[in-house]
Amino acid sequence: MTASNPPIGLLAEITHRCPLRCPYCSNPLELTRAEAELDAAAWARVLEDAAGLGVLQLHLSGGEPTLRPDLEELVAAARGAGLYVNLITAGVLLDGPRVRRLKAAGLDHVQLSLQDSDVDSADRIGGFKGGHAKKLAAARHLREAGLPITINAVVHRQNLDRIERTVALALDLGAHRLEVAHTQYYGWAFANRAALMPTPEQVDHARRVVDRARADLRGRLVIDYVAPDYYAKYPKPCMGGWGRQVLTIGPDGRTMPCHAAHTIKGLAFDSVKDRPLRWIWQNSPAFEAFRGTDWMQEPCRSCPRKEIDFGGCRCQAMALAGDARATDPACSLSPLHARLHALAREDAATDAPFTYRRMLPKDRLPEAPPALRAVEDA
Amino acid sequence: MVALTAESRPVLQPFCRLRDDPVRGRVVLLAPERVLFPCGTSQAVLARLDGRPLGEVAADLADRYAAPADVILADALTMLQDLADQGFLAEAGADQGFPKEATP
Repeated sequence: MTASNPPIGLLAEITHRCPLRCPYCSNPLELTRAEAELDAAAWARVLEDAAGLGVLQLHLSGGEPTLRPDLEELVAAARGAGLYVNLITAGVLLDGPRVRRLKAAGLDHVQLSLQDSDVDSADRIGGFKGGHAKKLAAARHLREAGLPITINAVVHRQNLDRIERTVALALDLGAHRLEVAHTQYYGWAFANRAALMPTPEQVDHARRVVDRARADLRGRLVIDYVAPDYYAKYPKPCMGGWGRQVLTIGPDGRTMPCHAAHTIKGLAFDSVKDRPLRWIWQNSPAFEAFRGTDWMQEPCRSCPRKEIDFGGCRCQAMALAGDARATDPACSLSPLHARLHALAREDAATDAPFTYRRMLPKDRLPEAPPALRAVEDA
Repeated sequence: MVALTAESRPVLQPFCRLRDDPVRGRVVLLAPERVLFPCGTSQAVLARLDGRPLGEVAADLADRYAAPADVILADALTMLQDLADQGFLAEAGADQGFPKEATP
């Protein structure tokens, strides 16, 4: 067993339901239905336990968290427990009165997603006609209520050419922070990888635009940039290390080290319905599985960066290398790295259509891409 | 807010919260997507950001901790500039962190 520190952040995916159908969604292909969702009283208990365990920040996410009429109760419970409360929303359901109620309940900060800066493209990507206009209105309501806004812009091949305008729009909407995040290929995004993968030129362009905007807008707009895994040299330090800083609780109470961990075969996840959160964090086999560095194989095991990036993402290692203990192929030291780079270029050259996110029965889920084979066996 | 000086009057943005963390036994600064654990000196500075010029904050701390005010000011400016660049500070009286005209 590896000693655990207290977690800092909790991602609460309080529902998988969403009026948008974004193909880049990282929710699982098999979405949790409304009947299985934890109720407000159960969440209130969990949020108090989380604060007692050391959690400082709560991210209320989904799906679309504002679909739950009891969201205000959750916000109030979190704030009552001393948590910093961040709402991650598409914003299409946020009218003025709702925003004021959330603010009164103690909401600290809102992350509002934009699918694009162009209205037609944004509505097409979100699969929701009129959605973009509703987001612009939501931003106005948030600003009027005095709630600080981060704009979340998930970027991919079909919106990257307008990234300058997205930066300008974030500024127009009164955001103090912009997150430009390359798509993370989990869940629906993984199934849509060919339709979303940017070209190397787009990636270079995005990097230059962000660097320039950071310099030009210093002190006015903070820009966070999430680099594209498939074009990386070193992998991201996923979740700051497995079971090290953050945890995710799904709509039904299933508790995981990250929101994609359910894709790792052989791990069983405990639910807050059955076990105390503290036990799950400190003792559950799923949280222990990749804690620390003892689980690592080569080249991670002897790598000087192993405490920096923790071998990258376990879910991506599972999906791409077929082994959750492997080095994340996003790392240049992975034997699959060259194949990953080649695959990114192949995907970027396709004109694959979107498979929109939706609730489907288990036997009708879209297919995810296969794991990679090393270039030499291909 | 671009470059802080002894004349700047920074305050924490309303969306940032300084609070005790009983689990870790220390003070934390909570901000959007960031959790910071300020050291003792930083806490003393942050607790005094009430709209006074930083020069006065440094003088107050110099008095309290019997340390040279210029050293305290230099340390405070380094720490606060980093927070300002992350958008966590506003100039007292301004509403969005943009500096108004320089106060004489």
